[in-house]
Amino acid sequence: MNEQLAAKNKKLITKLLALVGGMCLFVVALVPLYNVFCEITGINGKTRGQALYENVEIDKKRVVTIEFLTNINRGMPWEFGSTMKSIEVHPGELNEVRFYAKNRSKFDIVGQTVPSVSPGEAALYLNKTECFCFDKQRLTAGEEVEMPMKFYIDADIPEDISRLTLSYQLFNVTDAAEAGSVATK
Amino acid sequence: MSDHHPTGITRWLYTTNHKDIGSMYLWFSFIMFLVGGAMAMVIRAELYQPGLQFVEPNFFNQMTTMHGLIMVFGAVMPSMVGLANWLIPMMIGAPDMALPRMNNWSFWILPFAFTLLLLSFTMEGGAPNFGWTFYAPLSTTYGPASTDFFILGVHMMGISSIMGAINVIVTVFNMRAPGMTLMKMPLFVWTWLITAFLLIMVMPVLAGTVTMMLTDRHFGTSFFDAAGGGDPVMFQHIFWFFGHPEVYIMILPAFGVVSEIIPAFSRKKLFGYSSMVYATASIALLSFIVWAHHMFTVGMPLAGELFFMIATMLIAVPTGVKVFNWVATMWQGSLTFETPMLFSIAFVILFTIGGFSGVMLAMAPVDFQYHDTYFVVAHFHYVLFPGAIFGTTAAVYYWLPKWTGKMYNEKVGKIHFWLSMIFVNLTFFPMHFSGLAGMPRRIPDYNMMFADFNMWASIGAFGLGLTQIFFLVTIVMAIRGGKKSEEKQWDGATGLEWDALPSPAPYHTFSTPPKVD
Repeated sequence: MNEQLAAKNKKLITKLLALVGGMCLFVVALVPLYNVFCEITGINGKTRGQALYENVEIDKKRVVTIEFLTNINRGMPWEFGSTMKSIEVHPGELNEVRFYAKNRSKFDIVGQTVPSVSPGEAALYLNKTECFCFDKQRLTAGEEVEMPMKFYIDADIPEDISRLTLSYQLFNVTDAAEAGSVATK
Repeated sequence: MSDHHPTGITRWLYTTNHKDIGSMYLWFSFIMFLVGGAMAMVIRAELYQPGLQFVEPNFFNQMTTMHGLIMVFGAVMPSMVGLANWLIPMMIGAPDMALPRMNNWSFWILPFAFTLLLLSFTMEGGAPNFGWTFYAPLSTTYGPASTDFFILGVHMMGISSIMGAINVIVTVFNMRAPGMTLMKMPLFVWTWLITAFLLIMVMPVLAGTVTMMLTDRHFGTSFFDAAGGGDPVMFQHIFWFFGHPEVYIMILPAFGVVSEIIPAFSRKKLFGYSSMVYATASIALLSFIVWAHHMFTVGMPLAGELFFMIATMLIAVPTGVKVFNWVATMWQGSLTFETPMLFSIAFVILFTIGGFSGVMLAMAPVDFQYHDTYFVVAHFHYVLFPGAIFGTTAAVYYWLPKWTGKMYNEKVGKIHFWLSMIFVNLTFFPMHFSGLAGMPRRIPDYNMMFADFNMWASIGAFGLGLTQIFFLVTIVMAIRGGKKSEEKQWDGATGLEWDALPSPAPYHTFSTPPKVD
C-alpha cells in the first residue's frame, strides 16, 4: 500500500514539476512572443528595420501628414532635433527629413535613438530606407552631425489615418557600448 | 501514544508534522502582519496632515513598497498556507501532507527570505522604493543596490510557494480517505486545490520577471530597457500576468473559509456546493486573461481595452454566484452570531463593496481617471483586509478550539470584531473619496483639499493597528488559560475534523483512514 502510494505520488510530482518547468519555458518564450505579436499587429508603434524602395506605387490623391518629435533621455548631454516639425506626403513617395545632433559635452558619447509611431498600427505602413536609428552614433566632444532619414508611407495605409507622429527618443548608451566593445574583443 | 512528540527547539526545526508546520506558518504570517502593519502606521502618520512631518519622501516610498511586499508575500500568502497545512489533512482524512519533508523546507525558507528582504533597510541607498509592483525602469535602471536582495528574496519565497502548492495538490489527489470523492471535499479544500494550481502556473512567471530584472541590472541585457531595444511596457505585461492570478491566490482560500463557517452558524448545508466549485474554477481560469486591466493607461489599442474590460467584468459573474450562494445559505437559517460568523458576514458585505469598486475600475474609460489614485488603494484594501485577513481571522477563531482544545473568550472576540469592523471602514472608506477627487498613490504629501479624508483614514488606521494587537492578546489568552473546548465546539459544524477527531486534535491523526460515506 505504502509503496503504491509513493509511486503514485512520484508520478504526480513529476507531472507537476513538468508544469512548473513548462511555465518557466513559457516566461522565456514570452519575450520573443511579445515582440512577434507586436510586430504582426503593430500595436506597439515599433517601426521595422531597413526597407527597400522598389516598384512602389504612388497614390497622388491622398495626403498624409507626419509630425516629428524628438526627446532626449536623462543623462544625455546632446542637442537633438529635426529640421522640420512636420511634412505632408503622398503615400508611396520617397521623402527625406534631416535630423541634427550635437555633442555638447567634453567627452565622446555613444547615442542610440529609439523610434515610436503613434497611432501604433501606422507603424506597419511606415517604411524607412535609411535611418540613423538603425545604428548607434558616436560623437566626439563638441561634434555636430546632420543625419538624413528617408522613408515612404505604404499606399495600403488605412483611410482613417491621415496624420501620424514619429517620435525619437535619444538614449545615452556609452557604458553599454564600451562594455560591448570590450566583450567583442 | 498518538500524542507523543519531540520537545524543544528541534521539534520545530526538524518537524515534518503538518500541524506543527501549520502553526509555524500562522505565527510567522502574524509576525509579518505586525511588521507590515507597523510600516502602514508610518505611512498613515505621515499622511495624517498635508506637508512633510515625520519621514523623507524616499523613506516614505520604501515604506509603501515594503508594506505591500510584506503583506502580500509575508502575511497573506503564508497565513493561507498555514491554514492549508492544519486543515487539509484533517478535512480529507489523511494522516499528514503527502510530502512532509518538503513541507518543512518550504516553511523554513521563508524566515530567511524575509530576513534578506528586511536587511535591505540597513543597506546604503535603503530598501526597495519602487512600489510593490517594481515596474521597470524604476527597479532596473533606478533601483537601489538593495534591489538585488529583493530579487533573491522573491526567488526564495517563490520556491517556497511552488513547493507548498505541489504538496497541496499531491495531498488532495492521492491522500483522500476512501469514499472522499472530489465532489464531497469541503469547499476549503477545493479552493486551495485551485489556488495551488494558480501558484504553480504563475510563480515561475514572477521568478522569470525578477531574473530578467537581475540580468538587466548586471549582465548587460535589455529586456526592459528601451535604449537597448527592450520595452518597459513588456515588464508590466509580464508582471501582471503573474499579478492578477496572484490576487486570486490571496482571496480564494478565504472564500473557502467562509464557505465552511457560514453553513455552520446557519445550521444549513452550503447552498449550491457544485456551483461554488465551478465558480471558483471559472474565477481562476478568467484570471489569466484579464491582466492588462491594471495598465489601461499605457496606450493600448481600443480593441485591447475592450477585450480586457469585458473579460474583467465577466469575473463579476462567478464572484456574484459565490456571494449569492453565501447569502442563500444564511437565508432562513437559524443563525447565531459567534465571532467567526461575524467576521464571515463582514467578509461577505465588505468584500462585495471591494468587488463593486473593482467593477468600476474595470471600466477602461473611467479607469483613466481612477488610475494610480487612492480609489485603487481603497479598492484593493477592501478586498484584502476585510477579504483575505478577515477570512483568516474567522478561520483562526473557528478552528482554534479544534487546534488547541481551548476556547477563546467570546466577549473579547466580539470586541475584536466590532473594533476591526469600525476601524477598517474608517480607514479605507474615505480613500474612495480622496481617490475620486484625484489624490495620487504613493506620495507623502498632498493638497490641502484632501486633509479631512486623510485625517479620518489615519485615525482609523491607528485604531485598526491597535485592534490587531488586541487579537494577539485574545489568542494568547485563549491558548494559555482558555476554557476547555468540546469535541464539536460548534453544533452546526460539519466535516471530518469535527466529527471524527477529539479536541485538541492529537499530534497524529487518521493513521488509519476514516470511513466516509
